[in-house]
Amino acid sequence: MARMKFLCDADRCIECNACVTACKNEHEVPWGINRRRVVTINDGKPGERSVSMACMHCTDAPCAAVCPVNCFYTTEDGVVLHSKDLCIGCGYCFYACPFGAPQYPKLGDFGSRGKMDKCTFCAGGPEVDGSKAEYEKYGANRLAEGKLPLCAEMCSTKSLLAGDGEVIAEIYKERVTKRGYGSGAWGWQTAYRETIAS
Amino acid sequence: MASFARYVRFVACAWTALFIMVLALPVSAQQPTRIDPNASAVTEQKLFQEHNRIQGRVSIPDQRSSMLEQPAGRDWRHFRDVTLRWIGGISILGMLAILIIFYLARGMVRIESGRSGRTIVRFSAFERFVHWMTATCFIILAISGLNITFGRPLLLPLINSAAFSEWSQWAKYAHNYLSFPFTLGVILIFLMWIAGNIPNKVDVEWLKRGGGMVGHDHPPAYRFNAGQKVIYWIVVIGGGLVAATGYQLMFPFYLTGIEGMQLAHIVHAVVAVLFVAVMLAHIYIGTIGMEGAFEAMGEGTVDLNWAKEHHSLWLDEQNARTGVNETRRQPSVRPAK
Repeated sequence: MARMKFLCDADRCIECNACVTACKNEHEVPWGINRRRVVTINDGKPGERSVSMACMHCTDAPCAAVCPVNCFYTTEDGVVLHSKDLCIGCGYCFYACPFGAPQYPKLGDFGSRGKMDKCTFCAGGPEVDGSKAEYEKYGANRLAEGKLPLCAEMCSTKSLLAGDGEVIAEIYKERVTKRGYGSGAWGWQTAYRETIAS
Repeated sequence: MASFARYVRFVACAWTALFIMVLALPVSAQQPTRIDPNASAVTEQKLFQEHNRIQGRVSIPDQRSSMLEQPAGRDWRHFRDVTLRWIGGISILGMLAILIIFYLARGMVRIESGRSGRTIVRFSAFERFVHWMTATCFIILAISGLNITFGRPLLLPLINSAAFSEWSQWAKYAHNYLSFPFTLGVILIFLMWIAGNIPNKVDVEWLKRGGGMVGHDHPPAYRFNAGQKVIYWIVVIGGGLVAATGYQLMFPFYLTGIEGMQLAHIVHAVVAVLFVAVMLAHIYIGTIGMEGAFEAMGEGTVDLNWAKEHHSLWLDEQNARTGVNETRRQPSVRPAK
């Protein structure tokens, strides 16, 4: 079985934010929530790099470990998903997440947290694949349709790669060899405890 | 001759030109054949070494998402899943064990001279209202808080996850909303009883004699003895800390970023479990631990003999104030301030 991962080739990312827009549109993500964002480091300085970041679907995911109601689960493809029916909006996964992926719609008084929302690797949730209930809570389930996450699919420079970890690592390695440089697979050490030797 | 001179000039120029070219050769050889755009690029590893997190800039309105990576969440995870459970488990179960052993060994502390049948007002209706408001909130806050820490390993395996989530959701609401009356209660307790809780010399003597908990000793005490003063300050300081850190978590990003919230959670959780352990002792001594103690907060009055044994100096004060002769029946003693 494939182990799904994201890989952002920071040497290719041009900070066009198409992945951010595609994600919001595909899943009709609520106002104020961004499942994916592009962070630019050293903006405007020499050596500036942009990285597109969302939930990395970690191995031994910290969010799942700290959840007080155990609402997370990992699919056969290694995608970390959660149940919004079980989530109580406590905010713990947000404290634990290294990538700032979990977000909460502001509901009710005092800006209290609603049910957590995060990137699903376009794989929906625990509801029946492709059902209306699933779409309303988690967005589209592209994986069930045999498609990869839309953010990566429509990346203009093919900087963002999504798919089987081994395959995308191979693509990235080839690129690095060909062009002679590479700033590494951002977040891989933190998420998967591995790096891609370049 | 002229042609020879021209020849010499030509040779000299040629050699000079050759010399310059030879000099220039290594310089051009140093020019890279390919530009390395990564030479000055930021690297993940170097950024981690500098700050242990990576912060950038985003063009979407949510500026908080500019934190690219914060692996410090892993330390927090260890605290939440391992350290806290040990601290909480040992302090709460340890306290329960101590109390059970103490009860079996010592039993209920009796009013030694028996009940006199006459009572004196110890706590006014307002004081009792504040106490019970704070206490009720505390118990619900403690149970709903312990559920967040211990519910998943202890309660979830016993019931189905939908029921556990439903209960936890309500527990979270209760935890958030009851924090307001609890905080108000802590503030009122602080103001209302501060006068009687300043440590003094009598406390040293009281502590030296172990509060009379062992044997039949009854060290003198004013309105609050040293043990009660300790409880008072734990409630005021501990309650203040849990309230301050709790609100920081309830209003995310108003005061601090994510590191601040992780730290706030650590302080909140550690203080809270210790608080629960201390309150178990407080509940013990106020109920089955001591005869005649509960009625002080229950009806607001205590038996005169109880007051004589446990708060002798306070009783003297009250009597002096109201001009009561101990032997005379006093139906309308003024409430203690």
